[in-house]
Amino acid sequence: MTATLDFQAAALGLQAQRAKVLASNIANADTPNYQARDFDFSVALAQAAQATAHSPTEPVRTHPAHLSGTGTTAPAPVLQYRQPLQPSLDGNSVDLDTERAAFAENSVRYEASLRFLNGQIKTMLTAINGQ
Amino acid sequence: MSLFKIFDVSSSAIAAQSQRLNVVASNLANAESIAGPDGQPYKARQVVFQTQSLGADPAAAGVKVAQVVQDDTPARRIHDPSNPMADADGMVTMPNVNPVEEMVNMISASRSYQTNVDVMNTAKSLLQKVLQLGT
Repeated sequence: MTATLDFQAAALGLQAQRAKVLASNIANADTPNYQARDFDFSVALAQAAQATAHSPTEPVRTHPAHLSGTGTTAPAPVLQYRQPLQPSLDGNSVDLDTERAAFAENSVRYEASLRFLNGQIKTMLTAINGQ
Repeated sequence: MSLFKIFDVSSSAIAAQSQRLNVVASNLANAESIAGPDGQPYKARQVVFQTQSLGADPAAAGVKVAQVVQDDTPARRIHDPSNPMADADGMVTMPNVNPVEEMVNMISASRSYQTNVDVMNTAKSLLQKVLQLGT
């Protein structure tokens, strides 16, 4: 019944992960030799959606009365290095404007995923209440 | 919850930037100190930032101040025979603090500080929205 929520939940998890990567880039904007990183969101989301659809992982059951769950583990997104637009002398490849823009965009997308999720939950609650 | 890690990352950056600001303040305050406790003119100090991994997660990279180094640029020397610290030629050795460089450093540190506070605020408001999920 909650399978429709899985896609938005996976997107939410990846957006939180991306926010963390971008926050690390912003935090290290002045660190010598730090290389800015990011991952391809669409590839990561496709992988996560495939993982939830096709390869459910079975939890270990030590008793016959235990339920067989269908938890899934999506592979962690592959971190890549950003191509610096304007390389700096100290070897740091963080462009603060790019990172801030990406962080703001990611935050809006995170909020959008939350709203979709909220809408789906509301729809389900309406069906449950039957009013 | 992945978003909580952002607080660790950004707060490490804020701590590092405030230490940098502290060093700038001490350099500017001592820009004219011709004699320190050891009798030598003050030497400018600079912080060295280093990436600090937070836990096993490769995605979360914080910052720390690896060390505070002394600036080894040659000291400024001015001609002032009336100064009690003047040598036989009437030259006084001044600290090697470059006020222009320090001001640029200060602006850069304060901008980075603000950006990291913004990141933390965004993460906080997103987490608050997560708490309201389904209500």
